[in-house]
Amino acid sequence: MNIIIGGAAGDGMETIAHLLAKALVREGYGVLTTKDYMSRVRGGHNFSLLRVEAETPRASAATADILVALNEETFLLHREKLLPRGRIVFDPELFSLPAADDRGLPVKLRTLALAAGGKIMANTVAIGAVLSVLGLKPAAAVRLLAETFAPDTAQQNTAALLAGHEAAAKLCGTCFTMPPKSFEGPSIFLDGNQALGLAALASGCRFLSAYPMTPSTGIFSYLAGKQAEFGLVVEQAEDEIAAVNMALGASFAGVRAMTCTSGGGFALMAEGLSLAGMTETPLVIVVGMRPGPATGLPTRSEQGDLNFVLYAGHGEFPRAVLSATHLEDAFYRLNKAFDLADKYQMPVIFLSDQYFADTARAIPPYDFTRLRCERYLAGAENLVRPYKRYRLTDDGLSPRALPGQFPEETVLADSDEHDEDGHIIEDAATRGLMVSKRLRRLEALAAEMDEPELYGHPEPEILLLGWGSTYGILREAIETLRASHHRAALLHFRDLWPLPSAMVTKLLPLAKISFCAENNATGQFAGLLRRETGLTVDHKILRYDGRPFDSGEIVREVLKNV
Amino acid sequence: MCKAADYLKEETAWCPGCGNFAIRQALAEALAELCLPPHRVLMCSGIGQAAKMPHYIRVSGFNGLHGRALPPATGARVANTSLTVIVESGDGDSYGEGGNHFIHTVRRNPHLAHFVHNNQVYGLTKGQASPTSELGMKTGVQTGGVISPPLNPLALALIMGAGFVARCFSGEKEHLKETMKAALVFPGYALVDILQPCVTFNKLNTYAWYKTRVYPAEGHNTSDWMAALSLSRQWGEQIPLGIFYSVPRPTFESQLPALEGEPLALRPFSPLDVARAQDEFR
Ligand SMILES: Cc1ncc(C[n+]2csc(CCOP(=O)(O)OP(=O)(O)O)c2C)c(N)n1
Ligand SMILES: [Mg+2]
Repeated sequence: MNIIIGGAAGDGMETIAHLLAKALVREGYGVLTTKDYMSRVRGGHNFSLLRVEAETPRASAATADILVALNEETFLLHREKLLPRGRIVFDPELFSLPAADDRGLPVKLRTLALAAGGKIMANTVAIGAVLSVLGLKPAAAVRLLAETFAPDTAQQNTAALLAGHEAAAKLCGTCFTMPPKSFEGPSIFLDGNQALGLAALASGCRFLSAYPMTPSTGIFSYLAGKQAEFGLVVEQAEDEIAAVNMALGASFAGVRAMTCTSGGGFALMAEGLSLAGMTETPLVIVVGMRPGPATGLPTRSEQGDLNFVLYAGHGEFPRAVLSATHLEDAFYRLNKAFDLADKYQMPVIFLSDQYFADTARAIPPYDFTRLRCERYLAGAENLVRPYKRYRLTDDGLSPRALPGQFPEETVLADSDEHDEDGHIIEDAATRGLMVSKRLRRLEALAAEMDEPELYGHPEPEILLLGWGSTYGILREAIETLRASHHRAALLHFRDLWPLPSAMVTKLLPLAKISFCAENNATGQFAGLLRRETGLTVDHKILRYDGRPFDSGEIVREVLKNV
Repeated sequence: MCKAADYLKEETAWCPGCGNFAIRQALAEALAELCLPPHRVLMCSGIGQAAKMPHYIRVSGFNGLHGRALPPATGARVANTSLTVIVESGDGDSYGEGGNHFIHTVRRNPHLAHFVHNNQVYGLTKGQASPTSELGMKTGVQTGGVISPPLNPLALALIMGAGFVARCFSGEKEHLKETMKAALVFPGYALVDILQPCVTFNKLNTYAWYKTRVYPAEGHNTSDWMAALSLSRQWGEQIPLGIFYSVPRPTFESQLPALEGEPLALRPFSPLDVARAQDEFR
C-alpha cells in the first residue's frame, strides 16, 4: 500500500504523513516514509511517500495507491504514478479533476476543518479520510492527537479527523484492503536524524556544537530538546569553525563531543579536523551529505562527499569513516564511531545523507545493552609519571589523561609538531617519530572495520556493490533480481575507511559481472575500491539528480548488461 | 605556599627584550598569588608568538589553531566547570583570524580570562599589519602604510556587553598582575588587552612610545559603562590603563541547566540511564 501526500510548503504535509504513519505503526503495520521538500518555507511543491506493508519496507515504491493532493499541482505532478485502481483524496472546493478521471474522492477539507475550528486543520481532515479509505478505525489516530497536542487543540483536531473519516466513508466505505499485519511486538518509528541523535545520547555524548545546515539539523534539534533531562549541552556556534573547535575543547577536557553538518559546513571544519588529528583528540563528526558543489541542492540527497571526507584536512593523519546504511544498523554504528574516537584518539567521520536523515521507518526498539561506552582513559593505577600526553608507545596510542584528572600532572595538547610532553619542537628526529606514532594507530583501527554485509547468494554471479543509505533500495533490487537470476547478491559497505576489503577481494573476481551503485556522478566508492585493492567493477550505476535511486532502475540497469 | 617559579618553564622562543617575558612573569605571579593548582588551570591559545605561552607556563594547555583559541576554551568550560580557563593569544589571533569568535564569546559570556598580547603587529609571520596596527604603519605587505583604521577591541567588547574589560601594559607588571588576578576570578568573560612592545617588528609602538603615553585611570568607577566606553576610546597622546568595566552578568555556564552539579566530564554514564529516551518513538 503506497500513499503520496503532497502540497505546498506550509500546508503541513509532514504532520499528516507523520501522524498517519504513526497511527498505522500503532495498528501493527510496517511503515516507511520519505520526504521530498524544497528549500523554501512557503509555496513550492513538497511531498511525502508512505509505504505500508506487513513487514517494514526498506524502500519506497515508484507507484501509488492513494494520492492525497492538497493542491492541484500535486495532482498534476503525481497522477502518472497513481495506479489505475488508485484513489485521489482532494478538496473539490480547491480544484476539480478532469472529467475522465473517476478516481477522485472529493472531501471538503477546508470547509470541514473550518467547522472543526480552523482551516489549518485541513490536513487532519485528510488523515481521517485516508484512514477511512483504508478501512481503518480512527481510534489510534485520535489517541495520537491527544498525545501530540494540548487538550483544546487535540479536541478540535479530533473533530476534524472524525469529520474527514465520516465524509470519506460516505464516498467509498472501504476502498482498499490493507495488507495483513505481522505484528512482532511494539515498534519504534523514527527517522535517520532521530536515530543518530538518540545514538549520540545513548553513547554518552555530552556536548554537541553545530551550526544549522540541512540535512543534519534534525540531529541538532533532537539533542537540543534533551539537554535538561539528560544532562548534555547543545550549543549553536557562530560558524562551523567554532563548532568543531568547541567540540575539540570539550573533548580534550573530558566529555564525549560531536558536531554535525553537511558538506559545506564540513569544508569550514577541515582545519579543525586536522587539529583533531594532530592533537589526537577524539571527535565524532556527522556529515549529512547533500548535492554540491557549493550550496547545491540544499534539501536533496547525494553521496558526493566520500572523497572529501576521506581526504579533507591538511597533513597526514589517521581517521575512520563510517556510514549510515539503515536505521537498524546506524544507531549501533554511531555508537561505534564514539567508541573508535575514544579508543584511537582520533576524528571519526560518520557519513549520512538527506535520504537517510529524512526517511522514517518502524523498527524493533533498540537494545541499549549492546552499546559500548568505555572511555579508554589513563587510570591512576597505571599512570607513568611524569605524565606525557604523547608518550611514544608500540601501538602509537599514548595513555590519555584529562586536564585536572591527576594532581600535579598537567596535560598539554599542541597543534604544532611536538615532543612527548606536547611541547613545540622542530627537530627532524622527533618529527619522524611523531608522524609514525600517529599513523601507526591505523593498523589496529583497520582490524576494527566491519566487512560489508553480503545479502543474497553466497557465491554470486551478479555482484552489486553499494555503501551508505542506498542499502534498502539495493537490497530490494537484489530481491527482484533473485526471482529471475538466482545467483545475485549485494555487498554493502558500512565501514568505509580504513576500507575492509577481505570479502570484496574474494567475491568480486569470482562474479561474472559486477556493478557499483552510487548516488554521485563519478563513482567515488568504485574509485576508492580500485585504489585500495586494484579491483575494478564492470559497471557503475550512478544517479546524481539529488533524488534517491528507485530499485526498479537498478534492476533495469543490471538486466541491460547481464 | 605557591611560588611564581613553580609556574614557569625554562626555555622560550621570544626575542630578547620582548614584552611577552613580563606578561609571562605577571601571569605566573598572578597564578601563584591565587594559588591555583597547575593541573586545574587550562590555557587555550592559538598560533603566534604570544600563543606559545602554554609551552612556557606550567599549567595544562590546548595550543590549537591560529584564531581558534576561544572556541575550545568555551567547550572546555562546558566539559569541566572546575577548570580555571585562560585564553592567551595575540592581537592578530584574537581580533583578526578569530574576530568572529571574539564577538560571539563576549555575547556568550563563559567564565574565562582572555589575555591578549596586543603588539599591534603580526610577530610570528614577521611584521605584517594586525587589526590593531596604526594607520600609516608601513610593513612588508602594507607597503604604502596601513589604510584601514585600527579595530578598538575594548570598545567593541563593551558595546557587545562584556562584563570585564581592562587595558594593561607589559611595562607595568604589578598593575598587569593585579588585573590578571581580577580577570581570573571574575565570573564571566574577562578581556585584558595588554599593550606589548614588539622589539623586532613594531618600530612605531616601541617601549618608549607606550611608556610616555600610558597613565593609570585613577578614580574611575568600574561600574560606569559610559565612562568605560569613553576610556576605551582614548588613544594617542594619552592611553589610560586599568579595569575600565567590571559588572558581572549571567554566565554561559550558569544558564545551562545541564551544568548544575558535578562537572560533566566527571559524571558517570551508562547507556541504560538514557534508554527511556526511545519511548517517545513508540
Ligand atoms: C590559518 C592560518 N593562517 C595563517 C597562519 C600564519 N600565522 C601564524 S601566527 C600569525 C599572526 C600572528 O599574529 P598575532 O596573533 O598578533 O601574534 P604575535 O606573533 O604577534 O604574538 C599568522 C598570520 C596560520 N598559522 N594559520
Ligand atoms: Mg601580534
